[in-house]
Amino acid sequence: MKPPLFAYHAPKTVDEAIRFLASDADAMVLAGGQSLVPAMNFRVANPSILVDIQHVEGLKGIVVENGTIVIKAMTRHRELELDSEVRSANPLIAEIMQHVAHVPIRNRGTVVGSLCHADPSAEMPLLFVLLDGTLVAQGPNGTRHIQAAKFFESFLTTTRKQDEIVVEVRLPVLPTGAGWAFDEVTRRHGDYALVGVGCVVQLDGSGSAHGVRLAACGISDRPVRLNAAEAALNGTSLAADDLDVAARASLDAVTQSDDMNTSISYRRRLLGTLIRRLVQTASLRAKARSRQ
Amino acid sequence: MRRAPIKPSIPEHSNDPPVEVALTVNGQDVRRTVSVRMLLSDFLRHELGLTGTHVGCEHGVCGCCTVHIDGKAGRSCLTLAVQANGCHIRTIEDVAAEDGALHPIQRAFKECHALQCGFCTPGMVMNILSRFEEREPLDLSENGIRDILSGNLCRCTGYINIIAAVRRAAELLGRD
Repeated sequence: MKPPLFAYHAPKTVDEAIRFLASDADAMVLAGGQSLVPAMNFRVANPSILVDIQHVEGLKGIVVENGTIVIKAMTRHRELELDSEVRSANPLIAEIMQHVAHVPIRNRGTVVGSLCHADPSAEMPLLFVLLDGTLVAQGPNGTRHIQAAKFFESFLTTTRKQDEIVVEVRLPVLPTGAGWAFDEVTRRHGDYALVGVGCVVQLDGSGSAHGVRLAACGISDRPVRLNAAEAALNGTSLAADDLDVAARASLDAVTQSDDMNTSISYRRRLLGTLIRRLVQTASLRAKARSRQ
Repeated sequence: MRRAPIKPSIPEHSNDPPVEVALTVNGQDVRRTVSVRMLLSDFLRHELGLTGTHVGCEHGVCGCCTVHIDGKAGRSCLTLAVQANGCHIRTIEDVAAEDGALHPIQRAFKECHALQCGFCTPGMVMNILSRFEEREPLDLSENGIRDILSGNLCRCTGYINIIAAVRRAAELLGRD
């Protein structure tokens, strides 16, 4: 339960950090360490070099501008959760954050670290897939913008290159009048989700839904956007029958096979239940916002 | 038959790359040269002798090793000592007054019988203290307190008395 040996570097600039990272194929970035350090304590991760980015200039803070929330690499979960500007710009974020581990972990763990760790049952990857977030990765050959949908490849695997650092990530603010909801089912509060679902709903004047977004975690080797369920709901009044159709349309998205926690059939039932519940919650919130 | 003598095979010197760590612990400046892979929990216990910080699971689940890192509760077993360079660390040893008078949270734990073996208590107290010190409004309903305690495991008493202690601490601190 002690970490294996590594060389440690605490650079002050992004360029320096990238050089250390590029110097060895097994070098890794250390940010908050709330996923990496336990993995090292378990000897599941065995990096040759740890590049601690906490002292790197320009990697701290949150900016909300022009309809975009920019989150720098060293932003802790709890900072994003409690940021009042973020709360009003996109209340879904604070709601999702309540489910990310526990406060002492959220005090240390970073949003970007969680994205790069890419656990398929984690909440942050789901949030970014749900809202079409963008990741900005900087490497020896420059900077590239990666859409969340193209970032998560598989279990703990992303399209970030080994010598790239995700320096910031971007989320859109919630569209005016949109309703939102997130919930998950876990064995114990704060555990990884068996299934988690996030939802955004917009309603027009006649109560017909458009711009429905649904995504789930815990059901596959990566977070999944539920396109079929979204298509089933757009243009409907979100009546009980419509929700049933959407829930059925989502079943094929569950590919996570039976594991020690639960079975694939139970995950499918959970997914359907959460879709029905959360679309309703999001729709009620959209109605409440339209009355404001 | 003669048995081979028992002798320890622990090396006298570590071959780990050393690193200098300078930080403030309970208001005192501390500087040590330690292994680069030393965890903050081991640093506090083995280098500084502050054994009030307990080590349970060493992967962030049990919460026993919770300390304050720059004023916020964090797991010392999920933090390398070298990561705490330049940080202000506060441990359970700093919570009671110098004359030994208990902090209101500790008093509440005592009054409500919120500990039995006491192994989880330092982590519980540091976590609760951090939440009381935060400027955020606290949900002190039964569910809210359960949520505050959700990152700390107790294997003796169950949580009923600990929940009561948080409620009592809120009274003592004027935070109803």
